[in-house]
Amino acid sequence: MALTTAPDPTRRGPGTDRAHATRRGPGLRHSEGLAGYVFLSPWLIGLMGVTAVPMLLSLYLSFTNYDILTPFSEVRWVGLANYERMFTSDPSYWHAVRVTVTFALIAVPLKLAAALGVALLLNRAWRGVGLFRGLFYLPSLLGGSVALAIVWVNMFNRDGAFNSLLSLVGIQGKPWVNDPDWALETLMVLAIWQFGAPMVIFLAGLKQVPTELYEAASVDGAGRFRQFRNVTLPMLSPVIFFNLVLETINGFQGFTAAFVLSNGTGGPVDSTLMYTLNLYITGFTDLEMGYASAMAWVFLLAIAVITAIFFSTGRFWVHYSDGEDR
Amino acid sequence: MVAVTPTAGVPTGPAPTARRRPGGRTLLRLLILVAIVAVVLYPLIWMVGTSVKSQEEIVNNVGLLPERFTPGNYTAGWSNFDVSFGRFFLNSAMVSLLTVVGNGLSCLLAAYAFARLRFRLRGLWFAVMIGTLLLPQHVLIVPQYILFRTLGLVGGEWPYLPLLIPQFLATEAFFVFLMVQFMRGVPRELDEAARIDGAGPFGIFRHIILPLSRPALVTTAIFSFIWTWNDFFRQLVFLSQLEDYTVPVALTLFIDSTSQSAVGPMFAMSVLSLLPVFLFFVAFQRMLVEGINTSGIKG
Repeated sequence: MALTTAPDPTRRGPGTDRAHATRRGPGLRHSEGLAGYVFLSPWLIGLMGVTAVPMLLSLYLSFTNYDILTPFSEVRWVGLANYERMFTSDPSYWHAVRVTVTFALIAVPLKLAAALGVALLLNRAWRGVGLFRGLFYLPSLLGGSVALAIVWVNMFNRDGAFNSLLSLVGIQGKPWVNDPDWALETLMVLAIWQFGAPMVIFLAGLKQVPTELYEAASVDGAGRFRQFRNVTLPMLSPVIFFNLVLETINGFQGFTAAFVLSNGTGGPVDSTLMYTLNLYITGFTDLEMGYASAMAWVFLLAIAVITAIFFSTGRFWVHYSDGEDR
Repeated sequence: MVAVTPTAGVPTGPAPTARRRPGGRTLLRLLILVAIVAVVLYPLIWMVGTSVKSQEEIVNNVGLLPERFTPGNYTAGWSNFDVSFGRFFLNSAMVSLLTVVGNGLSCLLAAYAFARLRFRLRGLWFAVMIGTLLLPQHVLIVPQYILFRTLGLVGGEWPYLPLLIPQFLATEAFFVFLMVQFMRGVPRELDEAARIDGAGPFGIFRHIILPLSRPALVTTAIFSFIWTWNDFFRQLVFLSQLEDYTVPVALTLFIDSTSQSAVGPMFAMSVLSLLPVFLFFVAFQRMLVEGINTSGIKG
């Protein structure tokens, strides 16, 4: 990789004479460093202007009573009041936390189980795999849209397709989306229906498992279940880990379907008040932007903590086949 | 009983005694898969079927398909509001296409710097970029709204600037990362050869990296388009005038009018809104599925 000693005429590098050319000459390094920042500049400006400064602004606002209507000069510092309110005297905040955690705890494992199960079914090489894989992936492309959420809500409504299927087996359905006990469940089903994206990743992971391992296991007398437990699962654990982290973080951020189902209110009876929907209502309907900023920061910290927990427990069950743990 | 070795796909066939079992298994597996396909596709087919049912049939006909084909929902939905859906589609197309351009350009530049150039603090910036991968957009929406509003860009002369400015500044770290991974696969010998021929960092970018990065650019373009076309949250926050609405925001207007008569037109417009994504899927199915693979697994 050592640079050739050719006297390269680096542009605007006056200092590149032969003496320095044995290694990367200072002139070259200088011009490359400059070029690096030229190429990086859009990203850097974006990082500062669209990410870093807004985050700091948000942190500051979370200690104020800012709403969009009062001018900046009249913003009042309220200390920890927003955080205090969130943790001690805002029942709908804790309700939103509960709804979100319930959603993630149920929908994410079921979605991953569906993804893994179908991936295992598909993993045997035969001609139809490509077609099936594509069809199963389709919901992941369409499922996050408003259009599909609209369809979903109607499908689980009184005259929807789900009830007409139930009536075929003689069960009297109900408008599930209007029932506080069932509305969130319909959103979970929507999330599980989009199992295609993690499935594709599982499939790629399954392809990496060497067939010799299965042969060795079957020589040792391991049946299909033992092979799954002792070969497939450990070999697949990095991919399971990856999907678990990604889907959990996505699960916490569910917004569109809950918004469509409840027409932006989180109803019926707050049963679909996801965290992000609650944040949206607080910030953009009630215009309590200081309070919403505090919610956003707690959300960010919660996600960071959960990710950290995943990574610290991962070393106990994630197996990397190159022998290096972690 | 002889254990059936699950090594299908390996050319050497299993022992003759085990022949019959895998055949039966394969058939069973195929049946299960077909059943899952039915469950997966049912909502989509029902959606299309309902969009061409008359109002009466929507309530009474529980079947997937209409008895009488009623395309009137499409014309009714198209002009259901004061502004025609054609306008909403144009708005969505413009935002999505400009996002494609912005993401492609800015992420490619940043990725080239990260993948190929040496500069001070590169490691630090790269770590920061990876850190922003997991940053939820909901965390930034309030302060971004305040900033863009203070700058007079929300509901301003051209209300799409708050949606587009971040896309021209490589804030989609996912695409930067995807392109960095891709460029790392481009042989460095090509850079060296170009350098010997007198090319600097800009020349190498222009003549080596840019042309060779086409597959990564195409993947980025397709995903940018689909994600932006489907995106709702940011468009909901930043667009406030009816004539500026994009398709997803306009679709939510149907929910406000809860009358039963709007269901057919609402479904018709929902089908239309998913059509571009569906066509992309048909055209680039392989690439989409594989794009997720390569970007997801590596790293």
